[in-house]
Amino acid sequence: MQQDTKVTVDQKTSNNNPITILRFSGDISSASQDAILGTFNRLSASEQARLMLDFTKVDYINSSGIALVIQLLMQASKAGGTVSLFGLTPHFQKVFTMVGITKYAQIHADEPAASAI
Amino acid sequence: MHLKRGATVEIMLPSQLGYEKVAMSTAASVAKLMGFSEDRVEDLKTALAEACINAIEHGNGLSDEYKVGVELSVNDDKLEVKIVDEGSGMIKQPAKPDIDRKMHGEEDARGMGMFLIQALVDEAEWVPSSPSNKSYARLMIRLNKEKA
Repeated sequence: MQQDTKVTVDQKTSNNNPITILRFSGDISSASQDAILGTFNRLSASEQARLMLDFTKVDYINSSGIALVIQLLMQASKAGGTVSLFGLTPHFQKVFTMVGITKYAQIHADEPAASAI
Repeated sequence: MHLKRGATVEIMLPSQLGYEKVAMSTAASVAKLMGFSEDRVEDLKTALAEACINAIEHGNGLSDEYKVGVELSVNDDKLEVKIVDEGSGMIKQPAKPDIDRKMHGEEDARGMGMFLIQALVDEAEWVPSSPSNKSYARLMIRLNKEKA
């Protein structure tokens, strides 16, 4: 019943800075470990430096999935990188704020807003 | 369709992760028929999903032998949901999650489910099993949060 998490990795530049975007689709749950942490760990150090997580096509997020996002933030922070999030519904923007994620990652409504920073 | 006061809807879920989404869809349908706003429906869906996941994982230990019961009871301005499992019930509620401790590896990154449930619904309680009752979580959400 758990839907797989699919992820694609995109690269772009904004203000001459390279950005890596992990675009998720499907569910973000306990079954998303490889999609979230595995994908992050397969990136080079330069690709990890400025990261965006795209939740636009995510259907379902639970607390185990949020925990994996926190683990990614932890690993990115240790590597000296920055992470921003976009494409969350207003409800999940509220939930991510409730658990304190906004202390360690900026949340933006959409990709243009996230890229403008 | 008009929902009568006191109407109940019951579903039984296999103890397999992912089936909480069936409960979410059912509860969302009932809440919408009652006139809940979209944001309250989303609060209910997330809280119920977390309660079902607790019941599937911790209450029933992911066992094929056990089901999770979900009972939705309609009242005038509130919806009550009971999530019943075969476990003994919660001994102690986990501490409120601390993002700083999580980010420094001093606290498990998981363990946010009960915090979210309590934050998103108007009432939440966990009742341990007894000789006459199975263990259950009871959630209550009001049509209008400001009335709470």
